[in-house]
Amino acid sequence: MNAQLVLEDVAVQFGGVKAVRGISTAIGVGEFVGLIGPNGAGKTTLIKIVTGLVRPDRGRIFLEGQDVTGLGTPDRVRRGLALSHQIVRPFREMTALENVALAAGMALTANPWRALFHIRRREQYERAALILAKVGLAGTERKLAGNLPLGQLKRLELARALAVEPRIVFLDEPLAGLNHAEAAKQAETISEINASGVTVVLVEHNLEEVMRICRRLIVLNDGAILVDAEPGEAIANPAVQDAYVGGGAMSHAEA
Amino acid sequence: MTSYTVSLICAVGINVILAVSLNLITGLCGQISLGHAAFFGCGAYAAALVMVATSSMPLALMAGMLAASALGIAVGFASLRVRKGFLAVTTIGVNFLFVGIVRKQEWLGGEMGVSGIPPTGLGHLGDMTLIVVIALATVLFSLYVTRSWMGFAFKAVGEDEQAATTVGIGPAGYKLAAFGLGTALAGVAGALYTFFTQFISVDSFDFTLSVMLLAMVVIGGIGSTWGAVAAAAGLTLLPEAIRFVNDYRLLVFGTVLILVIRLAPGGIAELARGAFARGRTS
Repeated sequence: MNAQLVLEDVAVQFGGVKAVRGISTAIGVGEFVGLIGPNGAGKTTLIKIVTGLVRPDRGRIFLEGQDVTGLGTPDRVRRGLALSHQIVRPFREMTALENVALAAGMALTANPWRALFHIRRREQYERAALILAKVGLAGTERKLAGNLPLGQLKRLELARALAVEPRIVFLDEPLAGLNHAEAAKQAETISEINASGVTVVLVEHNLEEVMRICRRLIVLNDGAILVDAEPGEAIANPAVQDAYVGGGAMSHAEA
Repeated sequence: MTSYTVSLICAVGINVILAVSLNLITGLCGQISLGHAAFFGCGAYAAALVMVATSSMPLALMAGMLAASALGIAVGFASLRVRKGFLAVTTIGVNFLFVGIVRKQEWLGGEMGVSGIPPTGLGHLGDMTLIVVIALATVLFSLYVTRSWMGFAFKAVGEDEQAATTVGIGPAGYKLAAFGLGTALAGVAGALYTFFTQFISVDSFDFTLSVMLLAMVVIGGIGSTWGAVAAAAGLTLLPEAIRFVNDYRLLVFGTVLILVIRLAPGGIAELARGAFARGRTS
């Protein structure tokens, strides 16, 4: 396995609460990993550490062999990493097309000086329109992001993550708040992204879709890795069954 | 042209530069500054000192620009550390510090200010032309920035810094750029003011002016270059045209500001767009 992302004993605590306690793992190029676990297990915190939104208290993060622990989010994004937030954060006063085009023009915004000497946006708009169509948002180009319903904003968030042409994406609950049909369609889009060679790490509560599309599951509990295995095996593990109170979620997933 | 007309045109030109440059920081990049008068003053004093020492207009212009932007970038670094609401308070502090410190500096003329500044040699009409040309250049530059990828990124940073980071935009660099450019232009305005009046005192750069400049940006429509131009021209000429407005300047501006925020949050720019749209459909 060609390790694309390596975590070495990463830990962080907020106040007295140990949100993530010493996680080490490696994710290879092209993998499709589901990151699951009960509420408060540390999934979102772990994603935030990897994407640079939260600084770990200890441990190191390597992206394609380079230590990125000290880098901020923009620098990590420029090294091939992308993320979509659990709570959507579109630029509400921009159109859907502008939201995605800004990401597509990342090469031009590396620093303010470079950005000042570029005007033309046509190429980025064209690419953005293609990406919007790919996530099922054709027709929303000219609408202000602030006026789009949640289901579309979830897809816009995904489109923006894709527009930076990442080699590894972290998606924090991209299906949450979507109805059954929307969720299945969004999951399909994510599968296609992975099939095109992009490594995907998915945090998701919708276990049905997770079981269907992921090829590896990392189960977190209480800030540590409980099980790291192929999906069927991970779900069958008694420790995982125990971690989910009552196991109701599990039986739903197996159905 | 009467000297009164010339002085009015100069005042409008200088206020246009100030409002448009503040719009760059506050309107385009979303960083509230209530200390713009300090950068204006910094440029004016730097230009005055250089004028007295060398009588060179271009050197004085450069000095005004560099001194103000150096102070601006320093304040910009503060903006990296504080949240939005506190930035307003920080910049108010900068304005009061500027006035307080300059007032006590003997080498800056203290309370008396700097007088006996040599003329530029262009004459009053020449000075006026210089001011008008630079004001136009400032407007064009602002329109250019708005359309450039820098303006695009400014908008992102102003709206949501964390979301900006996820598309590879480092907010820190852009905020410093906004402060650096906006305050450099304020410094240029300060130098032009010095050329025109040949006398400066610290009272011309107090907090009241900062508030008036921010009012111009808001009344014009936050983020709109043409709105800032219209508001700067209007609010400069109104007190001249109507004596009552001149006597109760702050009262009138405050009232206009509140009315705009209540009734047309997009300012003059929004009203103009609305009128244009109605004109086309009817």
